[in-house]
Amino acid sequence: MNNERIDQIIAEHQGEASSLIQVLLEIQSENHWLPREALERVGEKLQVPLSLIRHIATFYKAFSMVPKGRHEVHICMGTACHVRGAKRVLETVEDLTGIKPGETDLDLKFSLDTVNCLGCCALGPVMEINGKTHGKLSTANTADVLKSYD
Amino acid sequence: MNDILLQIDGKEVQAKKGMTVLEAARRAGIDIPTLCYHEKLEPFGGCRICIVEAESGGSTKLVVSCVYPVEENLVVRTRSEKADRIRKTLLELLLAHAPDSPQLKELAGVYGADRDRFEKEASFCIHCGLCVRYCAEVKKLHAVGFVDRGTRKEISFIPEIASTECKNCMECFPLCPTSYLQAAFVLTEALAFSGTPSEE
Amino acid sequence: MMPRLNSPAELEKLRKEILSKRDPNKPCITLCSGTACHATGSKEVALAIERELEKHRLTEKVDFRRTGCHGFCEKGPIVIIFPDEICYLQVTPEDVPDIFSLTIQEKKVVDRLLYTDPTTGEKVTCESDIPFYTHQNRLVFGTNQKIDPTSVEDYLAIGGFQALVKALFAMTPEQVIKEVKESRLRGRGGGGFPAGVKWEFARNAPGEPKYVVVNCDEGDPGAYMDRSLMEGNPFGVLEGLLIGAYAIGAREGYIYVRQEYPLAVKNLGIAIRHAEECGLLGKNILGSGFDFTIKVHRGAGAFVCGEETALLKSLEGRAGEPRPRPPYPAVKGLWDKPTNINNVETWATVPLIISKGAGFFTSIGTEESKGTKIFSLVGKIANTGLVEVPMGITLRDIIFRIGGGIPGGKQFKAVQTGGPSGGCIPEKLLDLAVGFDELTAAGSMMGSGGMIVMDEDTCMVDVARYFINFLTDESCGKCLPCREGLRQMHKILTNITEGKGKEGDIELLEVLSETAIEASLCALGKTAPNPFLSTLRYFREEYEAHISEKRCVALSCKELIAYYIDPEKCQACMICFKKCPVEAIDGARKTIHIIDQEKCTRCNTCFEVCPSKFAAVRKISGEPVPPPIPEEERMIVK
Repeated sequence: MNNERIDQIIAEHQGEASSLIQVLLEIQSENHWLPREALERVGEKLQVPLSLIRHIATFYKAFSMVPKGRHEVHICMGTACHVRGAKRVLETVEDLTGIKPGETDLDLKFSLDTVNCLGCCALGPVMEINGKTHGKLSTANTADVLKSYD
Repeated sequence: MNDILLQIDGKEVQAKKGMTVLEAARRAGIDIPTLCYHEKLEPFGGCRICIVEAESGGSTKLVVSCVYPVEENLVVRTRSEKADRIRKTLLELLLAHAPDSPQLKELAGVYGADRDRFEKEASFCIHCGLCVRYCAEVKKLHAVGFVDRGTRKEISFIPEIASTECKNCMECFPLCPTSYLQAAFVLTEALAFSGTPSEE
Repeated sequence: MMPRLNSPAELEKLRKEILSKRDPNKPCITLCSGTACHATGSKEVALAIERELEKHRLTEKVDFRRTGCHGFCEKGPIVIIFPDEICYLQVTPEDVPDIFSLTIQEKKVVDRLLYTDPTTGEKVTCESDIPFYTHQNRLVFGTNQKIDPTSVEDYLAIGGFQALVKALFAMTPEQVIKEVKESRLRGRGGGGFPAGVKWEFARNAPGEPKYVVVNCDEGDPGAYMDRSLMEGNPFGVLEGLLIGAYAIGAREGYIYVRQEYPLAVKNLGIAIRHAEECGLLGKNILGSGFDFTIKVHRGAGAFVCGEETALLKSLEGRAGEPRPRPPYPAVKGLWDKPTNINNVETWATVPLIISKGAGFFTSIGTEESKGTKIFSLVGKIANTGLVEVPMGITLRDIIFRIGGGIPGGKQFKAVQTGGPSGGCIPEKLLDLAVGFDELTAAGSMMGSGGMIVMDEDTCMVDVARYFINFLTDESCGKCLPCREGLRQMHKILTNITEGKGKEGDIELLEVLSETAIEASLCALGKTAPNPFLSTLRYFREEYEAHISEKRCVALSCKELIAYYIDPEKCQACMICFKKCPVEAIDGARKTIHIIDQEKCTRCNTCFEVCPSKFAAVRKISGEPVPPPIPEEERMIVK
């Protein structure tokens, strides 16, 4: 992401230091990750020390300091999904993709993350990929869902 | 008047409004153990070792003295069965990280903490935050900061700043109770500093 | 573009105009369009409805309104046809042509889409006659199904902003605070602190400017009431916030919404824009002289930011690490100024209290817990969804009368309330009247309203481990008892569930619990031991079985169970043989299948796929697996 775009986003938030998290959310959303250079630029413009920005970028789970895959897989580990067997679904996805939550596979195809409650408890266990919700998952049908993504 | 009268360990202590119980105790020469407290820094309230019993209005509760403001007629007990028991557990949790820290070993002796109660942890940082806070509040350089949260939280140097500032300063080094800070610096220097000054 | 309203008279005039143009007898199709229904295909149903409207040229003759969540999430997408309130459940795009040809055009009901009583088989036509709804009291949540959340006209048509006008023009700020105090409204986010008292602290605290904040960081897993309120009725929340701001003397407000709720952020943004257009936000609102502006901040994925001091830090653009209290935010909050933070549901309840009066609110509920509360009833329950009930209703009524009981013929085991800060309530306490203090006395708490139902297949030790795991991930890490104490508790609980528990583990967990409760910096750490302590209190035998017998009572903990195919029941259908991901099953047609215990990874696939008419796969725990039957007995002879 170029500095021009970053400066634009910062300007949209009136260049206020308190908008730091909102600015980073926009950069994350457009760029799918936060490169070190972007953090440095934001720090410069908002007059916030880099170590504080780095803390924020790593403290909040919405941010990623490494590139994400084409398909971001979010598995709901909310309590309702948990009692319906979400842990087994997660293990199946880990086996099939070879990655653990927080990781991206080597082809940059899948990124895996857990989320706490997508609020679709009636469909639990639930997995969300690229905004699409897949419900009523089990060890047996999860593989079919993943196969449909290339 | 701004003067507040409270009692600590049976002793009458005079304090000013806005002071913390720990500050009042220190002024009166009463010892309360601390790990994350430093006079030059804003109170952090991270290690909780300075926890004491405080009684007011007929009820007693445990408060963390480095952040708890003094109150008129507050009755403070720095040692009690409960406070001691909690301090012991807190020390044991820390000893799982840094069993050989002189400061921890000394406190462990006082409170009977068992260094082997918990399984050993990989990192010997105890998160007192003294290094990060000193660099931010006193030196205003922000050469070292925290990253991540919870059990994944760590201290981390910013190589670009540390490589130019730290060798001339090193004021935070003696503050570290476990020497993890020095180890982290050496590692960062070896892996992330960008070459000798003549090459820059 | 809405006209700017400069006085209450202009507002009422607009309201009358809107109502005069609305014919209550005109057919109107409503479709619930909350996030959960989107997940079940509501968007596609909407497209199908729009197509049919065009096809039959009914776009002018029939209204179509996409509303927020109705709460009966188990049966979504839900379509209601007014004026007869005919309710269709689990509607698919393929059902839409029938809805048009039969109901819209011929006033006939599509039977297969109606609610069917699971015991009597009776069909129910009207939404309000469905048992799920009849036992509820939807004072706050009921608005959702009547409005398009982004439409000011809809909100005005149902009487919206009347409470605001009353507050601004017929009451002083002190009178508003008095009314809220007298209503005894307690915070709906988990703290349960009297809202009116908190407002008064902020009003009386010295310092300018003052701030009001809406906490929509709803982090408790399994709770989604706030999301549905924010998605489905953002104007209701705004109205409550405006009234509160007026009472406290704040001119700026912040709404903190989790970034995991994009539809709520979107609908809220639209609502704020419309409100600004008609002058319900901004300078000199309705000519009252009261100014108020709102900023929306998104969260960035940290449960701890639901804690008020952490939320404030996040608003200031910092890491969400809580700070000690005192001082409380009412005195020293956002940028050290007096700030009043309340939960979404609390704010959304305020207009009701102002228009109907404190007396109306106190007439509902128990002695100490007044009014109604929205709960998310989820887990092992037949009617998953959001329910709003009067305080004082029993857990039994919520779970069995409204919730429809436990599916699959399973036995109820416990209901978990209060999220990671709460506890599990067992069967013997099901007649407990739901209220703040009653739940706390039972070892749990009200929390934000999550109610997770668990059955005989749920391992209570695993529940404790699950919550501690959640909290170790979400802990900010600043204070020692939470960061390290929960870490150790997690290790011990995990070991217990993996069969590595030992004598002394329970006592050590209790010591760590005391440390966290007494010495943690914030409520996350202080309440973290509750799930463990409550499950220990009511299900101690499960802990002891895991530790001394290496047995999981619920047959759930992977390392403590073995899968066994009952030779009496196996029909050698080959399904599990084919599906086993590690080829651990030995068998052939007419040869009874046997699981190789060395290869088995206990993934549960065979258990899931064995046809229920055979139910040949069994889970065993705490005892040895029976040896395989001899080869000669494996042939199935018909």
